[in-house]
Amino acid sequence: MVNLTETERITLETIKKIVQKDIRPMAGPLDEKGEFPWHAHKVFSEVGLMATLIPEEYGGMGLRYLVFSMILEEISKVCASSALLLIAQADGTLPILYRGSEDQKKTFLPELAKGAIGAFAATEPSAGSDILSMRTRATYSEGLYVINGQKCFITNGSVADLICLFAYTDPEKRAKGISAFVVEKGTPGLSYGKNENKMGMKGSVNSELFFDNMRIPESHRIGEENEGFSLMMKTLDSSRLFCASQAVGIAQGAIDEALSYSRQRVQFGKPIAHIQAIQFMFADMVAATEAARLLTYQAAANIDKGRTALISKYCAMAKFLASDTAMKVTTDAVQIMGGYGYMKDFPVERMMRDAKLTQIYTGTNQIMRVVAGREIVRGG
Amino acid sequence: MQGLKTPQIMILESVRRLARERLMPLSRELDLKGEFSWEVVELFGEMGLLQIFLPPEFGGLEEDKCLMFSLIVEEVAKACASSALLIIIQAVGSYPIVESGSQELQERVFPRLASGKELIAYLVTEPDAGSDVASISTKAIKKGEYYLIQGRKCFGTNAGVANLSSVLTKTAPSEYTFFLVEMNSKGVILGKVEDKLGFRGSNTQEVFFEEVLVHERDIIGKKGEGFLLAMKDFDMSRPGIAALALGIAEAAIEYALEYATKRVTFGQPLIKHQAISFMIADAWTLIEAGRGLMSKAARLWDQGIRNTKYASMAKCFCSDAAMKITTDAVQILGGYGYCKDYPVERMFRDAKLTQIFEGANQIQRIIIQRELLRERNINLD
Ligand SMILES: Cc1cc2nc3c(=O)[nH]c(=O)nc-3n(C[C@H](O)[C@H](O)[C@H](O)COP(=O)(O)OP(=O)(O)OC[C@H]3O[C@@H](n4cnc5c(N)ncnc54)[C@H](O)[C@@H]3O)c2cc1C
Ligand SMILES: Cc1cc2nc3c(=O)[nH]c(=O)nc-3n(C[C@H](O)[C@H](O)[C@H](O)COP(=O)(O)OP(=O)(O)OC[C@H]3O[C@@H](n4cnc5c(N)ncnc54)[C@H](O)[C@@H]3O)c2cc1C
Repeated sequence: MVNLTETERITLETIKKIVQKDIRPMAGPLDEKGEFPWHAHKVFSEVGLMATLIPEEYGGMGLRYLVFSMILEEISKVCASSALLLIAQADGTLPILYRGSEDQKKTFLPELAKGAIGAFAATEPSAGSDILSMRTRATYSEGLYVINGQKCFITNGSVADLICLFAYTDPEKRAKGISAFVVEKGTPGLSYGKNENKMGMKGSVNSELFFDNMRIPESHRIGEENEGFSLMMKTLDSSRLFCASQAVGIAQGAIDEALSYSRQRVQFGKPIAHIQAIQFMFADMVAATEAARLLTYQAAANIDKGRTALISKYCAMAKFLASDTAMKVTTDAVQIMGGYGYMKDFPVERMMRDAKLTQIYTGTNQIMRVVAGREIVRGG
Repeated sequence: MQGLKTPQIMILESVRRLARERLMPLSRELDLKGEFSWEVVELFGEMGLLQIFLPPEFGGLEEDKCLMFSLIVEEVAKACASSALLIIIQAVGSYPIVESGSQELQERVFPRLASGKELIAYLVTEPDAGSDVASISTKAIKKGEYYLIQGRKCFGTNAGVANLSSVLTKTAPSEYTFFLVEMNSKGVILGKVEDKLGFRGSNTQEVFFEEVLVHERDIIGKKGEGFLLAMKDFDMSRPGIAALALGIAEAAIEYALEYATKRVTFGQPLIKHQAISFMIADAWTLIEAGRGLMSKAARLWDQGIRNTKYASMAKCFCSDAAMKITTDAVQILGGYGYCKDYPVERMFRDAKLTQIFEGANQIQRIIIQRELLRERNINLD
């Protein structure tokens, strides 16, 4: 099902090597320390991964979504947090690519490609799934927007150089009253609250952001005024694809770990891999992961081929199927490794903690079913 | 729980209060710091929760021991699973002595355990012998009236904090014997403390035995009785593990239920969305079914009726349920559920252990099928 060009194949091969050399050995320590993955940021910047989807004319790699998905999967097999850095990067970058002016593209995209960190800021304390309940307000006056409000859980938030921020410009109009802005680090009025102490994905920074009379030039508005909501949704469609790829990677990583363990671990006189109950678990784990992977590739292909009518539904389905799979597969991988799986000496307990996030962020799996279910019932 | 007597209801009421007032405030910190708490040992010791299976004159319960033990564990686990494990391991570690110890051994050990201040570990698992208990390699070699214990145990709950331990050894090629070992004996060397996904308030540690000298009086029960005792121990402890899992699950879903009545999305409290209310309905259905199995297994034990099948069913069912329910509870809290400011992520991490230890759930299924054949007098071996 996957046809890669020679160049794409080489790109993937190169990244696999980098992942093994630079990302894998740091995954455990990163989880323990709970910091932003600066080492990953460094290598990703060097090889261009900070701008995989940005066209080459703006300094990016200009990859297909499918190839980026495969890259995320590869990274997530060993360190989901490092992949999340790239996902948030893409979420923060894509709005500029999708709707930014030529000027904005020329100003911001090459910077991001060189390693400037991006973030996507939508969620607020009282607006998660129900994003229209957000309260952050941007008021226009004389060539400027004055922004007040707060965001939370923002991945890369406190380290980001550029934040793609969503705020109400006309709250009365709900979905038709939201606009998107580029906020640069150091903008007066932007301050940071706490970084969340999380169960997993600990090598990722999730921050509260506060905006206190923060002034943003009109030239930093992305797209037309009041048209930010559809931009947010379009970006979230891709983000869900990326999350699905991450989840597939986590699941595969856990399978790989449990498999090599079970070939070595002897109980009752034989490797546990030869026990039927264990083999059936593997069969289920691999079948589910493979199914999730294919659906994810299908979702990516829909974006690449511009099959607009199918994108939301497929990205939503891939996201919940892959993340539910990752949750089940990682839980089972810990089980297969018994008491050892429960210990921090082995990576599967981290994978299990990481997997749980993929059921929650960028639209919870309930919201994914709302999206898919609605499309299906509508006959889409 | 139906059919409890007034004094039993009162015990549970006071355990509930202790859990709410003393353990709840501690549980988050114990988890964050990954620390063992002597304060909890003291609280439990004073209340008699570490003495449940001892004879009444040593502070044990008069009747319905296994049921009360399970119900107490359930209440404690709602507040702090690591603390509940303390109660279970004390019962598990002392059980071989209670069941089969010589009078001399009992007289030596019971007063110490009755004090509620000393802990006893249960050291069976080894690096190469988890599910396959029979493959342990720790040996006790006879030297006159003494034995020298040589070997290595791992994953010992409370091993680093207990004064006493019941250690399973091999006294001949397929002869298994429990010894009571004082943990301060020469040659008992503590190894690394495990860094775990959950149950971070519980001490899990490796122990090396390097020519540890014990007397034949320290044999628990009879020489060669060890394997049987280890299996009997499970009949008592597995309803407790089921209760541990249930307590974790109940606390998680109760927290999520309350959250779901307050958090509003799309103009409705979460619980008005069927996706959420159905999860909660399923969770409580599993919990009620699990409580039925758990109490049946415990009551049979109290009546002296073989409960092996039910104990395994209860352990397996309740721990699988707890894993599902805690995963859903985190989901119901959304992004907040994933953060350490809320207790459900800890419960999710804690729940996973209940599927693994005291016999992994695969082993429970093996036992269930073995019992099913045994009940039908079918022998295929
Ligand atoms: C580690 C992490 C990283 C994140 N990164 C970002 C980021 O970079 N940028 C950003 O903007 N946000 C980010 N988020 C926020 C994330 O997208 C939200 O947490 C998520 O959308 C859910 O919102 P909530 O947490 O407010 O949950 P809620 O919306 O309160 O939902 C609670 C529960 O109710 C369910 N629910 C809600 N409404 C319905 C309904 N109508 N029907 C059925 N069920 C429903 C949900 O599925 C969930 O189970 C991040 C979150 C985390 C934890
Ligand atoms: C936190 C913690 C505390 C513990 N406390 C104690 C303690 O106090 N004292 C003590 O003695 N031990 C203790 N243990 C050990 C615990 O009981 C063992 O971890 C458990 O019995 C499983 O053994 P194992 O880890 O070696 O897994 P293994 O036996 O290696 O099993 C690995 C996997 O293979 C499966 N499997 C194995 N054999 C079969 C089979 N025949 N058929 C189907 N599947 C099979 C298992 O179900 C499991 O999924 C503790 C463990 C932990 C993690």
